[in-house]
Amino acid sequence: MKSKKNNNKFSKKIYKRPESLTKVHTHYCPGCGHGIIHKLICEVVDELDIREKMIAIAPVGCGVFAYNYWDFDTSEAAHGRTPAVATGLKRVNPDKIVMSYQGDGDLAAIGTAEIIHAANRGENITVIFVNNAIYGMTGGQMAPTTLMKQRSTTTPFGREPVDGYPIRVCELLSVLEGTTYLERTSVAQPKDVIKTRRAIKKAFEIQIENKGFSLIEVLSMCPTNWKMDAIESCRYVEEKMKKIFPLGVIKDKTGENEKNNTNRCMQ
Amino acid sequence: MKQKKQLIKGNHAIGKAAIEAGCNFYAGYPITPQNELTEYMAKHMRLNKRPFVQAESEVSAINMVFGAGAGDARAMTSSSSPGVSLKQEGISYIAGAELPCVIVNMVRGGPGLGNIAGAQSDYFQSTRGGGHGDYRLIVFGPNSVQELYDFTMKAFDYADKYRMPVMILGDGYLGQMMESYIPHKYEPIKNLPKKKWALTGCKGRKKNIVKTLYLTPENALEEHNLKLNEKYKKIQKEIQMYEKANADDGEIIVVSYGTASRVVKNVIEFFNKNSKKKIGMFRPISLWPFPATALRNLKCKKFLVVEMSMGQMIEDVKLALFGKKDVTVNLIKRPGGMIPTEDEIKDKIEKMIG
Ligand code: SF4
Repeated sequence: MKSKKNNNKFSKKIYKRPESLTKVHTHYCPGCGHGIIHKLICEVVDELDIREKMIAIAPVGCGVFAYNYWDFDTSEAAHGRTPAVATGLKRVNPDKIVMSYQGDGDLAAIGTAEIIHAANRGENITVIFVNNAIYGMTGGQMAPTTLMKQRSTTTPFGREPVDGYPIRVCELLSVLEGTTYLERTSVAQPKDVIKTRRAIKKAFEIQIENKGFSLIEVLSMCPTNWKMDAIESCRYVEEKMKKIFPLGVIKDKTGENEKNNTNRCMQ
Repeated sequence: MKQKKQLIKGNHAIGKAAIEAGCNFYAGYPITPQNELTEYMAKHMRLNKRPFVQAESEVSAINMVFGAGAGDARAMTSSSSPGVSLKQEGISYIAGAELPCVIVNMVRGGPGLGNIAGAQSDYFQSTRGGGHGDYRLIVFGPNSVQELYDFTMKAFDYADKYRMPVMILGDGYLGQMMESYIPHKYEPIKNLPKKKWALTGCKGRKKNIVKTLYLTPENALEEHNLKLNEKYKKIQKEIQMYEKANADDGEIIVVSYGTASRVVKNVIEFFNKNSKKKIGMFRPISLWPFPATALRNLKCKKFLVVEMSMGQMIEDVKLALFGKKDVTVNLIKRPGGMIPTEDEIKDKIEKMIG
């Protein structure tokens, strides 16, 4: 009894499950990046106190069950149509916070039109784009962001030029006048996890302030389909993915940090 | 106060009814012959400070409607045949997620790009579901500008009442024609349910989830399908709309809907005036649910179906009459945007009389 009391005196709670994150077992594979990103979103939602205002959209892909983990209103969407569903939700609920959570197949292949036009309309939504360079749920096929020479079940000898090249979504969207904030981060090492959290928070703040469209591209691990263990897959992000998908703020039109020159011209 | 007759274009009448019925989200994409509707909405939604989106595609438009419907709005999209084909993915999801919305199809000739004249060749697509999976839409087949106006208002109510997509199945002729109609105040059906399931932020309640994926337990999807089916059965009992004339003692009954039924009406009047033979007509207004019982209860043995397609509704007519003794069902078919003439219908009737 006594010792317990002492423990309390000297210990401080420095880590806890965010309240917006439900207390259930995960269905994600060991070493998967989705869990980390879910947690970061929920931490930010708690910090900004917007749980009761949140309307999220879960994509088709491994993230489809995200609503099991998020303790806020969530909708599914047809594959790739997430930004269109987000557009409808936000236009009729302009005072709510709408988040479109998407993977690379969803956003950069089947939903290319939807993301480009939602961005171009400057929809006041936040997109969290999880880029793990592969189709997870369907079993490891080539994604639009699969690296050159990377093996997948549909590029069994490695991705070649005839399969196309990895799409850099942030750079692609940065030329659209409608986009406000675009940043690429990673969850492969603690330092970058902290930066990802910061980026997600910034993106939500932009929406709260009615400043328009933001997208955070998060480089993430898929150990299962990369056929690697968790540590190897973090190394893969560090050594291979970051070269093709450089981290950092790709565009910031929020005012003081204006980074995109083309955009300044257009304003 | 009684309203006066006014002249209006079919496509505009739909838009006017939608605005009056409280449509508060519209997304569409240009396609002939329904552009006047999208344009009307572009103007009047803005004037009423309601969201209008010209979407990048039909696919996107219907998914915006999915989002708006999920978010507690009275959402609508409109298009014509090729565009409605593109919307089928979204319609399946909307039906699966049990969201309300109104979809207008001003049908044009097909398949493919076809032409831009009015046709009735999307009957199968509309009344059988259209997209993947076991589902239905409530489908209305109006035959005048007045009915386009009236049924658009009703469509929003039924969509909310039953939580499902409701389709106005018009055609290019109805959309383009100017006709007189009597505007009236929108009166919602009584006791429309509150949308407790809608996504509006979980303040003061548990989170809501809108979904169509049912993986576990093993029979979860079957249960969902059975639940949807219960709803559809209920609707089949509650919505049975049709118009009939001389139908109970007619020697021949002509069955048609929409634009085709306007021609048929003239033919029936002609026989009324000029012939001793009594020719009746039966016009389904709700195409799903199809008013099968009312049709089956007619004593008549000889039926003539008139369609602006290769014959699609005729299958529902035959199903309704299935097993009845000595019944014959003939067909006049004019596909590809053509309208059957009064003469060809008269000739056929004369032949049937023998
Ligand atoms: S397949 Fe890949 S993305 Fe999907 S849960 Fe497993 S590790 Fe994560």
